[in-house]
Amino acid sequence: MNAILRDFVQSFLTFLERVGLLVRFALRLFAILPSALLRVRPIIEQVYNTGAMSLVIIMTCGLFVGMVLGLQGYDLLTRFGSEEYLGTATAVSLLRELGPVVTALLFAGRAGTALAAELGLMRATDQIAAMEIMAVDPMRRVVLPRFLGGVIAMPLLVSIFIVVGLFGAQLVGVELFGVDSGSFWSQMRSSVELGDIREGLVKGVVFGVACSLIAVYEGYNAMPTAEGVGRATTRTVVISAVVTLILDYILSALML
Amino acid sequence: MDSGKIVFSGLDIEIGRGAVTAIMGPSGTGKTTLLKLITGQVGADRGQVVVDGHDVARLNRKQIFALRRRMGMLFQNGALLTDLDVFENVAFPLREHTRLPERLIRTIVLTKLHAVGLRGAASLYPQQLSGGMGRRVALARAIVMDPEILIYDEPFAGLDPISMGVVLRLIRSLNDALGITSIVVTHDVREISQIADMSFIIAEGKVVASGTTAELRDHPSPIVHQFVDGLADGPVPFHYPAAEYHEQLLGGKVFA
Amino acid sequence: MRSTRAIDISTGLFVLLGFAAILFMVTQITNRGFSLRSDSYRLLAAFENIGGLKPGAPVSMAGVTIGRVEDIQYDMKLYKAIVTMRISDKYGAIPNDSDASIYTAGLLGGQYIGLTPGGSDVPYKDGEQVIMANDAIVLENLISKYLFNSAATKSGESAAAAAPAAQE
Repeated sequence: MNAILRDFVQSFLTFLERVGLLVRFALRLFAILPSALLRVRPIIEQVYNTGAMSLVIIMTCGLFVGMVLGLQGYDLLTRFGSEEYLGTATAVSLLRELGPVVTALLFAGRAGTALAAELGLMRATDQIAAMEIMAVDPMRRVVLPRFLGGVIAMPLLVSIFIVVGLFGAQLVGVELFGVDSGSFWSQMRSSVELGDIREGLVKGVVFGVACSLIAVYEGYNAMPTAEGVGRATTRTVVISAVVTLILDYILSALML
Repeated sequence: MDSGKIVFSGLDIEIGRGAVTAIMGPSGTGKTTLLKLITGQVGADRGQVVVDGHDVARLNRKQIFALRRRMGMLFQNGALLTDLDVFENVAFPLREHTRLPERLIRTIVLTKLHAVGLRGAASLYPQQLSGGMGRRVALARAIVMDPEILIYDEPFAGLDPISMGVVLRLIRSLNDALGITSIVVTHDVREISQIADMSFIIAEGKVVASGTTAELRDHPSPIVHQFVDGLADGPVPFHYPAAEYHEQLLGGKVFA
Repeated sequence: MRSTRAIDISTGLFVLLGFAAILFMVTQITNRGFSLRSDSYRLLAAFENIGGLKPGAPVSMAGVTIGRVEDIQYDMKLYKAIVTMRISDKYGAIPNDSDASIYTAGLLGGQYIGLTPGGSDVPYKDGEQVIMANDAIVLENLISKYLFNSAATKSGESAAAAAPAAQE
């Protein structure tokens, strides 16, 4: 019994230590934020790396999530005779929850792992050590552009996901089930509030910061071995997912 | 340092200015740690590391960076930045630390590449280079800022005989032509003994022998003898500690 | 290595797409964006019972939404609910003898305020209170009213039936 308690305390302390390291890393990153204005080029490349390269997966999944929403939503609403609210239902679900959360999870899987792997590989092939020896700050040069690229890309990806999803829902609801196209959109217009959109975008930004931070942190601090890089990418996805969902609850509660 | 293992204890080395100094020893004696002490990447718990009259431990971040700019380091696997081509890799320190006009940078980079024999490879990418070529490019990068100290970390590891000969020749000729101090960490005794002015052999955390190549060849210590002549058995035993041979074989027990 | 030009173009396209999506969301899927305080004025109404009226509910005239319910407070002195409505300046000429009533959208929908215009030439000013406010129809009151009425009718009928019987 004592051994179990001791192990538990040990793991908890290790967990706290890890959180502390992450916070220190984040603070250092934010401290050098202004220097990003000097070199815009790498940031643009990273927005491409994380955002443009994720477009295909985001749009595909957005379409299908929207279509499923249309399907399930229609089935559920017909039980209450309120099919004309399909537009509202799908819009609000996408805007407030599914858009930001699913996009964040996909982002962590596609872009997050790419960032972690790139930085981990740089660490493993001594490129980061070489930069330090050459008196170049690796944080400024390789970490910051990647972080900012992710932060900029996420809200944009969330928006695209939501819009594509809406059209997916419309595809199913109007074309398949015959919900009136006019009432689909007009009901949506009169029930969806600016606050819903705000909620979705705020979540998009917050999730973007969180997932990008986790990805660059894991990659930068990976063990300089092939195994280390692999573990870094796995940890990125897992931790990003958990943190995203926790933040989702907190933000939802705050903005309701 | 974090694992609590004592790497060095009672280590005393003086590296002469303008000479080629070799640091050798069996695997795992912490030669890389020694280099990290010199560059200030790692701090000593006790004792001093003095470079050009400066105690490395007393320097702040800015001063360490200034000191590092006077050093050049060649990493074991080259450590070229994979997203830049050969020219840009060599130009990297110039672009980061100086505001030289483009034409001057071009001249300097091509000169250094010529010194290592790779002027024609300027537009290739690190992935396209062979091991030996990559190391030479890294060497060009290490000398591009005309450092006073050049550190080589296992420069011969994994090279074919021809490339090894090339690197050897470059180390010696650069040292003499540029009037710098070269520190070579290696365990390729046969190779380095051809060009080293002074050699140190480190084992068990301290210096077990030092002197010129000739002095080491005639050194009385058995561990030096084993190392220099490459003997399979001696003070560093062939057999990993195990139980008595016939006992284990005939005694029925698999493990000691 | 991708040419930097291709990367720039792709990134630009991506960012443009993202902003287009945001723009689409803001303009096409909501018309509840009454956040421009400067282009509107306030009207007050005092109700005995607001039913299920909530802030943000629409205020309409002849079925057209002209504003939103901004705030609902309870006045301890008048024992009434004071509703603050924010009306768009576009509709700044509401006659000052118009009244406000609380309606229900559909059978079980949300509640909203409908203004019925009066005949006055003078419009309401910012911060004025409407002269007449009709309460929400609360279901329970409606049901008890119906029961009371039918009871009265029944007794009326039996009284009327009894009367002629008595007269005979």
